[in-house]
Amino acid sequence: MCRRGRSGPGVGLIMRHIISILIENEAGALSRVAGLFSARGYNIESLTVAPTDDPTLSRMTLVTRGSEAIIEQITKQLNKLVDVVKLIDLTEGPHIEREMMLIKVKAVGDSRDEVKRLVEIFRGRIIDVTDTSYIVELTGDAKKLDAFINAARGAGIIETVRSGVSGIGRGEKGLRI
Amino acid sequence: METTGADIVIRSLKDEGVEHIFGYPGGAALHIYDALYAQEDVKHVLVRHEQGAVHAADGYARSTGKPGVALVTSGPGVTNTITGIATAYMDSIPMVIISGQVTSNLIGDDAFQEVDAVGISRPCVKHNFLVKDVKDLAMTIKKAFYIATTGRPGPVLVDIPKDVTAHRTEYTYPKTVSMRSYNPVTKGHGGQIKKAVDLLLGAKRPMIYAGGGVILDNASELLTSFVRLLGYPCTNTLMGLGGYPATDPLNVGMLGMHGTYEANMGMHDCDVLLSVGARFDDRVTGDVNKFCPHAKIIHIDIDPAQISKNIPCDVPIVGSVSTVLTEMIELIKASKGKPDKGAIKKWWDQIDEWRGLNCLKYELDDKLIKPQYVVEKLYELTGGDAFVTSDVGQHQMFAAQFYKFDQPRRWINSGGLGTMGFGLPAAMGVQLAHPDATVACITGEGSIQMCIQELSTCKQYDLPIKIVNLNNRYLGMVRQWQEFFYESRYSHSYMDALPDFMKLAEAYGHVGMCIEKPGDVEGAIKEALKLKDRLVFMDFITDQNANVYPMIAAGKGHNEMELGPCAAVVDPDRELA
Repeated sequence: MCRRGRSGPGVGLIMRHIISILIENEAGALSRVAGLFSARGYNIESLTVAPTDDPTLSRMTLVTRGSEAIIEQITKQLNKLVDVVKLIDLTEGPHIEREMMLIKVKAVGDSRDEVKRLVEIFRGRIIDVTDTSYIVELTGDAKKLDAFINAARGAGIIETVRSGVSGIGRGEKGLRI
Repeated sequence: METTGADIVIRSLKDEGVEHIFGYPGGAALHIYDALYAQEDVKHVLVRHEQGAVHAADGYARSTGKPGVALVTSGPGVTNTITGIATAYMDSIPMVIISGQVTSNLIGDDAFQEVDAVGISRPCVKHNFLVKDVKDLAMTIKKAFYIATTGRPGPVLVDIPKDVTAHRTEYTYPKTVSMRSYNPVTKGHGGQIKKAVDLLLGAKRPMIYAGGGVILDNASELLTSFVRLLGYPCTNTLMGLGGYPATDPLNVGMLGMHGTYEANMGMHDCDVLLSVGARFDDRVTGDVNKFCPHAKIIHIDIDPAQISKNIPCDVPIVGSVSTVLTEMIELIKASKGKPDKGAIKKWWDQIDEWRGLNCLKYELDDKLIKPQYVVEKLYELTGGDAFVTSDVGQHQMFAAQFYKFDQPRRWINSGGLGTMGFGLPAAMGVQLAHPDATVACITGEGSIQMCIQELSTCKQYDLPIKIVNLNNRYLGMVRQWQEFFYESRYSHSYMDALPDFMKLAEAYGHVGMCIEKPGDVEGAIKEALKLKDRLVFMDFITDQNANVYPMIAAGKGHNEMELGPCAAVVDPDRELA
C-alpha cells in the first residue's frame, strides 16, 4: 500500500508548465528565483524577464517540468519569495505562448532556395543575407521553433539564439496588481 | 537634523525596541560601532566568534519571542554568521543580522574583507537587503524587522556598505510598513476549519501532532485548552516541546526518530491526525510511504508551502496557529457533535498499554554514569523550571526525552539544521534575556568544543550558565549509528586528546567540576545550582556505550520502532483498537 509519498501512483505524471511571475524590479530578484530552483532541485527549461509597463515591476516567464506535486511546491515556494508580487500557472487555462528565435543557417547552392522556402512555410523572415548564409527570425511556440530547427538541419545550422518562452493568458483578465 | 547612517542604524534598533545586540567589530562596521559607543540604550555583547553572536541572538529570540539582533563586519564577519543564520532559518526564528560591507565603489573589486553577503546568505535567509542609499536605511531596517517577525518568522540580513554608514540624512523611523509583495495570511479559511472540526469530532483514534509553530505563535495556552477540550492525545515534535505541558496526562511525549513508543504507535494507528504548526520533517515521518496509513490528515500552517510538501494532506488550513485554534475552539464548543466517548476511551486504553512499556527505561549502573540519569537529576533539581539549551547529538535526544518541559520557550535547540556548537552561545542569549533564571546547557564534549571560545564572553558579561557536559569521549550519535549500521566500525568518532574541561573552565575564570561516579551526580548539580552567580562547567564522565532508544531507523515506519533492551516488545501486526 502506497497512498502517501512522492512515489505513490498518480503523482508522477511529469508535465510542462509555464509560470508567469510579477516580481519587484530590484537587483537580485532574478537570482532569488534562479537560486530557489537550483537549491530545491527543480529544473528550469527557460526563463525570460524584462520590466513591464510599470517599470517597478518585472514580468518573468518560467518554463519548468514536474509532477503535479512538484509544480505545486514550485508555485508555493516562488510565492514565498518576498520580491514576488503575484504569479499564475498559465498552463492551467487557455493561453498564448510565443518564443522568438534568431537562427543563422548555411545558404549555399541549392539550399539557398530551399531555406528560403522553408522560411516562407514557417512564416519567418530573413533579416540578414551573405553569400553563404541567412539569418532567420522566427516567432512561435516552442514546438514550431523546434520543427524549424529540425527542418533546417539539412542545410546546416551555424548558430541558434532563442529568447525563451513568453506567455500570456487569453481573454480580458490580466496578471497585474 | 541630519545624522549619519551609523547613527540611524543604532537609533532604528532603539526605536524597534531592541535592548541587546550581539556582535563583533571590524573595518566595515566601525562607523556603526562608533555610533554604538555614544549611547546606552542598545546594549552590545561582544562575542568571541561571529557564529556565537548569531546563536546568542537566536537563543535570545527563542526564549523571549522578540527578534534577535546580531551585528558583524564584512567578509569573514559575515561568512562566520552563515551557520547561525541557517540554524535560525531552519527553525523559523525571527532575527535581524546587520553586516558591514566594503565601501560602495569597491563592491565587486575583490576588496579587502569583501564578500557578496547578500549572495552568500540568500539560500538561508527569509529575505536580505543591500542598502545603497542612506535615505533608504531606516525603512530597510523597519522592513527587515517586519519580515523577520511576521508570517513564518525567519532571519533577515541587512548589508550596509561603509560609506552608507558615513553619509548623512534626516532620521525618522517609519511607524508602519506595507509591502505589496509581502502580505502573510493569518486567518484560516472558515470552510476548511469547519471541515477539520467535523473530522476531529468524528474521530475514533485521533492524534494531535504539535510543532514549533505553536511556540513561535505563542499559542501554547490555546493548544492546551484545545487539547483538553477534546481529551485527545497530543504529541510534540522536538521543536514543539513545551508547546503542550509534558507532564499532562494527555501528552504522549515526543514523536519521531527518538520519540516515545506511545506517540509513534499512536501516529501509526490514528484515524485522524491534526498537525498544528509542524512541517512533517523526515525525522518525524520516518518512511513517508508508511506514514499514518489509516489517517485523514488536517494540517494547520502559516506557510502554504509546508502543506502537502512531504505528506499529502486532506484538509489544509493556511493560517496562524492562534487564530485557527481560537476558531476551532469556538466551533467545537458550539457544535452539537461531541467526541465519541466510547471510542476515545478505547483509544486511550490502547495508548496506555503502549505507555506501559516504559520505552524510555534504562538500566542504572553503580559505576558508570548514565547520561539519561544526569538529565533526569537536572530536571528534578531544577524543578523542571530551567531554560535548557542543547547542542546536537545523543545528549540532545536525552535532554528532549528526559527533561519534561511544561512551558514554552524553555527548550532551546537546533532542531532543523542540527548545529553542533549552538548550545553555549544560545544559552548566553537566554541568560541575558532572563538574568535571574536558571539556564542549563546540556552538551557533549564534541559539541561544546565547537563554540567553546564563548566561555570568555560568559566571563565578561557574568552569565552564570550551568553547563552539563555529557562526556562519553565519543561523538555519541555518530558512534551509535556506526554501531548499528556500520558493524561497529567507529570511524573518526572517538575524540582523542580531550582537554581537561575542569581546568579549561577555570582558565576562563569559571568553576569547573569533574564528576565520575553516579553517586556524585546529584551533589554536583546541587552545588552548581547553589553558585547562582557563577558559570559552572560540570564535566560528567558518562557511559561510553549508552544508546538513544527507542529509535526508528531510516526507511522504517512509526510502528517499526526499535526499543531499548529494557522495554518490552509488541507484535507490530496486532489488531487496531
